[in-house]
Amino acid sequence: MSKLKTNRLIDSAFKYVGIACTLFGLAMLGIFIGDILIKGLMRIDWDFITSLPSRKASKAGILTAWTGTAWILGLTSIIAIPLGISAGIYLEEYGKKSRLASLIEVNIANLAGIPSIIYGLLGLEIFVRVLNFGGSLIAGALTLSLLILPIIIVGTREAIKAVPTSLREASYGLGATKWQTIWHQVLPAASGGILTGIILALSRAIGETAPLIVIGALAYVPFVAHSPFDEFTVLPMQIFNWVSRPQHEFLVNGAAAIIILLLITFVMNGIALYLRNKWQKKIKW
Amino acid sequence: MKNIIETKDVNVFYDTNHVLKDITMDIKEHSVTAFIGPSGCGKSTFIRCLNRMNDYIESFSMKGQVLIDGKDIYKKKVRVEELRQKVGMVFQKPNPFPKSIFENVAYGLHIQGETDKQLIAERVEKSLHRSALWKEVKDILHKSALSLSGGQQQRLCIARTLAVKPSVILMDEPASALDPISTAKIEELILELKQHYTIVIVTHNMQQASRISDRTAFFYMGDLIEYDKTKDIFTNPKKKETENYISGRFG
Amino acid sequence: MKLKRTAEKVIESGLALSGLITLLTTLGIIWVLVTESIGFFSEVSIVDFLFDTQWTPLFTQKHYGILPLLSGTFLTTSIAILVAVPLGVIIAVYLSEYAPYKFRITVKPLLELLAAVPTVVYGFFALTVVTPFLQSFIPGVSTFNALSAGLVMGIMIIPMISSLSEDALQALPKSLREASFGMGATRFQTAFKVAVPAASSGIIVSVILAIARAIGETMVVAMAAGQQPQLTLDPREGVETITAYIVQVSLGDVPHGSLAYKTIFAAGITLFAFTFLLNNISYWLKKKYQEKYE
Repeated sequence: MSKLKTNRLIDSAFKYVGIACTLFGLAMLGIFIGDILIKGLMRIDWDFITSLPSRKASKAGILTAWTGTAWILGLTSIIAIPLGISAGIYLEEYGKKSRLASLIEVNIANLAGIPSIIYGLLGLEIFVRVLNFGGSLIAGALTLSLLILPIIIVGTREAIKAVPTSLREASYGLGATKWQTIWHQVLPAASGGILTGIILALSRAIGETAPLIVIGALAYVPFVAHSPFDEFTVLPMQIFNWVSRPQHEFLVNGAAAIIILLLITFVMNGIALYLRNKWQKKIKW
Repeated sequence: MKNIIETKDVNVFYDTNHVLKDITMDIKEHSVTAFIGPSGCGKSTFIRCLNRMNDYIESFSMKGQVLIDGKDIYKKKVRVEELRQKVGMVFQKPNPFPKSIFENVAYGLHIQGETDKQLIAERVEKSLHRSALWKEVKDILHKSALSLSGGQQQRLCIARTLAVKPSVILMDEPASALDPISTAKIEELILELKQHYTIVIVTHNMQQASRISDRTAFFYMGDLIEYDKTKDIFTNPKKKETENYISGRFG
Repeated sequence: MKLKRTAEKVIESGLALSGLITLLTTLGIIWVLVTESIGFFSEVSIVDFLFDTQWTPLFTQKHYGILPLLSGTFLTTSIAILVAVPLGVIIAVYLSEYAPYKFRITVKPLLELLAAVPTVVYGFFALTVVTPFLQSFIPGVSTFNALSAGLVMGIMIIPMISSLSEDALQALPKSLREASFGMGATRFQTAFKVAVPAASSGIIVSVILAIARAIGETMVVAMAAGQQPQLTLDPREGVETITAYIVQVSLGDVPHGSLAYKTIFAAGITLFAFTFLLNNISYWLKKKYQEKYE
């Protein structure tokens, strides 16, 4: 029976290996956040938030960066949310067995795996050159919208899938049309899940850097954008720019900007997580 | 015949939910003992206490003693793996591994570290003979177990259990997912196996209990209401609840 | 009633149109990459592109061999995978097969937070924390190096592997584990002889997707691995990946239509080909495996 002893030893040994690996992952997250807080927290003050960029690190602020991020967030929402939800509804409620729908489905799985920088190349040719938007907010928002569309579509589909058939049948039974059923019954019931997908997608969009570099978003923009056709920068671009400079003071600026960016990202993810938990409880009738 | 399983004042809780109350019973060697009762009466929980299959349920807690061959299996130093090799289990739905038929039966030997191929092959064949499956599968041993029919899969699961040479086999509604013909085969098999093993079976089906078991225990709402020779339970129950259940007045 | 029916038709077409946009996106990507690459290959022979060992489109002495960029991508991706696969799979198995329920549902979202951190932040971490740390005990580590970028990328994709693999393990029927426990197997034996093989296609899918992600990752490598396209497998040295090269060109003032401009599309189509292949393999595997359990 010594074989059993060895097996039991391996069994409990793996338990500790598993805990160690899991804690390693969490520790990295901790070190990460701790390091950035130490480097950047002292730099954050009201001036840092409300100042334009500057060649002097101590005077530079993130005003153009966070307003750019806000613009991008707004424009991307306007473009991507209606498109994503519509496509999700089509695939789940209408196109189930059609050839077009299955083609779109394979295609979405593929799009979700295409590196973001490739979307940048698409945006550069189509939005910047062909449509002649230049490196403007609208070009950036369009590019990011295409990037996050698959996430919204998949989220919408899953949320709709979770709505019980009995709800649909009840509506049809009262003589409602398909669209009436979707609009009055299915979408409200699925809204929590759809919203979760949207928030996660938008949080992805505001963290992206690579596609915006490719479409020519500038790292140094000395004014706040006033229209979608203005040039822009966003927080990740500003961080990238500051971190790329040799002076230590700019690194500190970078860390401070990272704190702001992480705060936004984590808050959005937290909301998404909260909504998901709440919604999952509700759907289990 | 001696008692191979004895339980003393077994109480089981899921969190604060008291699901089994003071269960004390003896089970004799080389016999078939059936547990009957309505859904939720605790019979499945109780059978799973006999080889500690409830260990992985986090809300589970137990008081009392379960003795197998006179030894308390809930003592700290007991190796639960060793216990389960001795007290095997067959489940409600056939649950073959997504491996070949041969590998399914050989699995128990593999995990014990057996490497002798000759011995493994012999044991696999013998187990499949005993579970009356050999004739049907001898030419397709290396096909996936999932390709078998439900009834065959369940007999494969029995063969898999036999291959580790248990002395007790626990069966938790082994025929509930099967058609009548497959059920009949399983019942026949249980009567065969009785010569070599002690069998405890949970069943919903009272005819089944009366056909195959020597003794029957009736559970209701977490209590062991009555436990006696099967013949007596079905012809001359002593408790009102048993009589009501047997005659189909509830459950 | 007729009006209602027309309205329904209009709505359906509108919705289908939104779905078509995703198809147009793919076609657009392929069209853009192909047309610009055709321009590139009309000036540079494909033999040079595939076999020349130098990549110097921005220098006076120009070479257009993709191999240094490929080796840079391969090196950083390999390091990332070496970190992420063992850690990710072990975490998945631990969380699914060992950990108490409460621990699992607390830790999983925390780990997924690792995947939500913007990649520019990982780049910062690699450059300012991991590289100095590596330099403190490994001689010869440059300021920009493949090792640091690869390691950090590995940490970044751990949650992809652990989360998807854990989902695959959790999707297995409970009865499978019970059968194994019921025969006296330990949790370790049950996990690695029954659960992991049964969930293997799901685990493989997660690894393939993670590889695709690492190949396409841009900011970490652009910030921490450097911009020196060289054919080396020494992780202490700086390398340039395909993605980092595209960033490098985008940051400069390369005029539209020039050969240097077209290089980023030739690099892009190479990157696209690899990720497209990996995505399709994983999609196909996933479909096959769904059928098995439904």
